[in-house]
Amino acid sequence: MRTFTVALALLAGHSALAADVPLKPGPGDDTTSATCSACHTSNYIIMNSGFLTPDGWKAEVTKMRVAFGAPIDDATAAEITAYLAKTYAAAPKP
Amino acid sequence: MRRRDMIAGAGAGLLAPAAFAAETMRLPAELPDGTRQIARFVNLPDKRRLIELTDRPPNYETPIDVFTNMVTPNDRFFVRYHLPGIPTPEELNNWSLTVGGNAIGKPVRLKMSDLLDLPSVEVLAVCQCAGNRRGLSEPHVAGVEWGDGAMGAAVWRGPALRDVLKSVDIKPDALEVVLGGADKPVMEGTPAFRKSIPLEKAMDPNTIVAISMNNAPLPLLNGYPARLVISGWVGTYWMKHLTSIEVSSTPLTNFWMKSAYRVPAGMFPVDHPFKSQVTEANVPITEIVVNSLIADPLDGNEVDRAGFTIRGVAWDRGAGINRVEVSLDGGRSWRDALLGPPLGPFAYRRFSVATDLMRPGTLQLVSRATSNTGEKQVDRLKVNPAGYHNNLPRPISVNVT
Repeated sequence: MRTFTVALALLAGHSALAADVPLKPGPGDDTTSATCSACHTSNYIIMNSGFLTPDGWKAEVTKMRVAFGAPIDDATAAEITAYLAKTYAAAPKP
Repeated sequence: MRRRDMIAGAGAGLLAPAAFAAETMRLPAELPDGTRQIARFVNLPDKRRLIELTDRPPNYETPIDVFTNMVTPNDRFFVRYHLPGIPTPEELNNWSLTVGGNAIGKPVRLKMSDLLDLPSVEVLAVCQCAGNRRGLSEPHVAGVEWGDGAMGAAVWRGPALRDVLKSVDIKPDALEVVLGGADKPVMEGTPAFRKSIPLEKAMDPNTIVAISMNNAPLPLLNGYPARLVISGWVGTYWMKHLTSIEVSSTPLTNFWMKSAYRVPAGMFPVDHPFKSQVTEANVPITEIVVNSLIADPLDGNEVDRAGFTIRGVAWDRGAGINRVEVSLDGGRSWRDALLGPPLGPFAYRRFSVATDLMRPGTLQLVSRATSNTGEKQVDRLKVNPAGYHNNLPRPISVNVT
């Protein structure tokens, strides 16, 4: 089945379906995916993963709300921020 | 043959090569790991074998090997958008360009035939994203994590912007020219992508409204049917799908001018400051910094110990390239590269070095360019919040066999 899905994704070319590497599972993954994908592929998250600190992710979510006018309420923003900080932040420095 | 095998076969045929691994693509090891996970080769309706970073908004870069050409083919030319609402060709069928603003007399609406009636000029110019090589910055900063390929050179043709502006009466208090395009946000609160340039830059003979790219219509994703070309300046001002030009007596104060695309004051000297947008803390990013790239061999390639040729390109803001040096030992010693003929002040300048017989082993190749005004590539990265203007020399490794 996996082959089939990959092939369909290839055939779809540059549709949103094709590019999206799924977000890692965890509390807040569905909210993050649904909210952020209104404007952009979740590739933006993965592309920027592994080096932003939790505060860096918080700043990104704030930027989306303040600078880009994303209609996200405080509770949703907090859920997304917590998910990104837990899942895609930089590993703590030893 | 089972159905799924047939589909897999068809997919591979459409989108050669089938292997999308970062290693196959020779993505720089310096990129964030997450970027290496999502990057892949794609073909698009009028694009071939670009490296996809994101498909919505569309951001695709050109593979390094393409830069053995002094002119980047249209179907290999990089793509950069901020907003996901890309106009369809059908929407652009009734395209027109309005010229208005508070610093002109009567506004006019121009059709493509009006642009075709104006004298046509041609410039071979590098279009480079301000954030090209952001992904190679250490420490990493947030944004589209570009490698080396958020740039390209094309022969742009169309009327000079100053000739387009002759269709209106410009008042003495004119300060900036504000550019708008047909791409749109999806959220009401997202600021429309509009940029401004100083009036003097609008009147520069090398600032043109391009309606042709390499003797063909612009590809949709490069701004069909018309885009601004601001030779010597970074790509953010090169408005795609240009639909409005406003001559204004006041500075544009939107997010794209006041918050985005700014660099710390004094960090990157320019010839002509964009005075109406300067603050004490920071300034808009404008003139391209001198830079170079080795396009052949590629990082990790095997090369012949009997001798091989190192080839690449160098470019700057329009002073022209004076000198390119190449090192085979990671920057300990340098030799002058042979320069190709100058193809114009805003074009790529080819450079090459032919090596002699050498022992097998690993070489670290680096290039560094100097412009005709003496501007050199930096020795240490000028770290700035958005990772702009990365012109640190790029070491690559090759194996001599």
